[in-house]
Amino acid sequence: MNSLPLGSRIGALLGRMGLKGRLLVIAIPTVWLLVFFLIPFLVVAKISFSEAAIARPPYLPITEWVDGFFTINLNFGNYMFLLEDPLYVAAYLGSVKIAAISTIIALLIGYPMAYLIARSAPERRNLLLMMVILPFWTSFLLRVYAWIGFLKGNGIINNLLMNVGIIDEPLVMLQTDFAVYVGVVYTYLPFMILPLYANLVKLDEAYLEASADLGARPVTTFFTVTLPLSMSGIIAGCMLVFIPAVGEFVIPALLGGPDTLMIGQVLWNEFFSNRDWPIASSVAIVMLFVLVIPIMLLRWAQASGGGES
Amino acid sequence: MRKTTLICSALALTAGAAWAESELNVYHWSDYVAPDTVENFEAKTGITVNYDVFDSNEVLEAKMLTGSSGYDVVVPSIEFLARQAQAGLFAEIDKDKLENYGNLDPDILKIIAVNDPDNTYGVPYMMFSTGIGYNVDMVAERIDADKIGSWDMVFDPDTAAKLADCGLVVLDSPSEIMAPALNYLGLDPNSEDKADLEKASELLMGVRPYIRYFHSSQYINDLANGDICAAVGYSGDVLQARDRAAEAGQGINITYAIPKEGAQIGFDMLAIPDDAPNPENALKFIDYILEPKVAADITNYVYFGNPNTAATEFVDEDVANDPGIYPPQDVRAKMFALKPHSARYDRTLTRAWTTIKTGK
Repeated sequence: MNSLPLGSRIGALLGRMGLKGRLLVIAIPTVWLLVFFLIPFLVVAKISFSEAAIARPPYLPITEWVDGFFTINLNFGNYMFLLEDPLYVAAYLGSVKIAAISTIIALLIGYPMAYLIARSAPERRNLLLMMVILPFWTSFLLRVYAWIGFLKGNGIINNLLMNVGIIDEPLVMLQTDFAVYVGVVYTYLPFMILPLYANLVKLDEAYLEASADLGARPVTTFFTVTLPLSMSGIIAGCMLVFIPAVGEFVIPALLGGPDTLMIGQVLWNEFFSNRDWPIASSVAIVMLFVLVIPIMLLRWAQASGGGES
Repeated sequence: MRKTTLICSALALTAGAAWAESELNVYHWSDYVAPDTVENFEAKTGITVNYDVFDSNEVLEAKMLTGSSGYDVVVPSIEFLARQAQAGLFAEIDKDKLENYGNLDPDILKIIAVNDPDNTYGVPYMMFSTGIGYNVDMVAERIDADKIGSWDMVFDPDTAAKLADCGLVVLDSPSEIMAPALNYLGLDPNSEDKADLEKASELLMGVRPYIRYFHSSQYINDLANGDICAAVGYSGDVLQARDRAAEAGQGINITYAIPKEGAQIGFDMLAIPDDAPNPENALKFIDYILEPKVAADITNYVYFGNPNTAATEFVDEDVANDPGIYPPQDVRAKMFALKPHSARYDRTLTRAWTTIKTGK
């Protein structure tokens, strides 16, 4: 028994607890999701049905014991309030718009890059992928701050353009939606490139040769063979860019203008300026649904599409 | 104070659990003490200080409302302290244990008592005003001399329009901008009346096109670098920008004005959370801050005036005579303090502020 390696002993122990093989593999991510996703989600959901108060914590409990009766008071008013004021809908739409446009731009830039990396010689691929990932070695915050230096009135881009003589007056780029798009696309581009690359590198060149043999031009081949085959990579990349971009707070706060309306800022205001944790929580819950429903629809479309081919 | 650079945070790492009985956890504004303030306290008392910083009242408040922050001394502004005391977040200050309490200016204690009855929960740390910092040369080129250093620079559309091209900036703080706007209109700066708020919002909407951005610390660098020419900002922050510009030697000349129409006077308060693990050490720290020499050293470094009458003799002459740091009596007469808003009004105000900023 003592001579068994540690791994086997742990395996035997878990086996006695009824956890082995597949079940064990599934159990770890399940517990992870329970602890780090479901429980916090339920806590936020609970607060969203509460009422704000000047207290610690700053909301009223939703459950109480009265004369031996256990009662739950759910306050749906917070959700109703989100519909009463057009601000919230406008902010959700603003976030979805900025995220959607950024995703499209990231796709248009990321696809050719991923394609090029996948089609380059195998020994160069790792170097090119390394260059995509390298910026992650610097703090995200610093990289966004660096863009301030590029975009500001007497920043690098304006000075360059003025020295060359293309413009006379500095362009106002910082504190505009344009700067937000630049920041979001720049930050999330690797999340677009990596799944696309993983998909495109597996593409069997025999398909392309077959297409060419049958008389298709490269452009036709691309749109009828390469693009449809890489659709799962496109969807994965778009999800990885779109989802975090909707909830983005830091980039619009640093690069955006005062009229850049995104839900992250609204949530911040509810939580910090209004100290209304219940409303802030319901904004967060609604945001989750705004994100989850389209994703489920897409996954459903993906699954049914996959079934046909 | 309201700068995002972190200092002394390395000190937080020096804490040892074995010395729990001689520890002190301070949560303070960034850049709001002299470089040796904490060091000297540690040397004097043998207490290990864990020093963390924040840069907005809201962030501190969220921590306090969550509870179990683990801090012994926190520094909310007076109107925030008033509300947080109402929620029962602070322990009463045991003034008998503060040998230096008598150094505090009784007039200032009286002003503060409006928000903190009998000065129960807070000891004033520093005073600040919310006025206008501007680039002397850029502004003089653009607007009439009689408008310079007046709220017209921000609230009068014709004047503000002339500053739009060189950069006019406003704090991203609804109550601290609405109050002078109300005051400019001849209304009560602490009014919670909806009609008043609408008038003030209209005033701000009129100048909105000329405001480059709303931010509570970015203007310090931008003023110093000449990226903007006027900002509604905190006294000490503008004066720090002035010094930085002078050090850079690029010929950028920044000055700070408390507008003649009147401006907000604010107080940051030392307070002890009700669940502070080391309340005795917290009192020792507060008493140390009240020492005349210590308070004067801080003022000399951060350019915020202190409410410590015994400290004035140790304050550098140019600092003590700077009307932006120690406003003269006639200026002070027109200044006003903010009161905490009701939760309902805060929501209305935040909403109006969002409309001003985004047009939605």
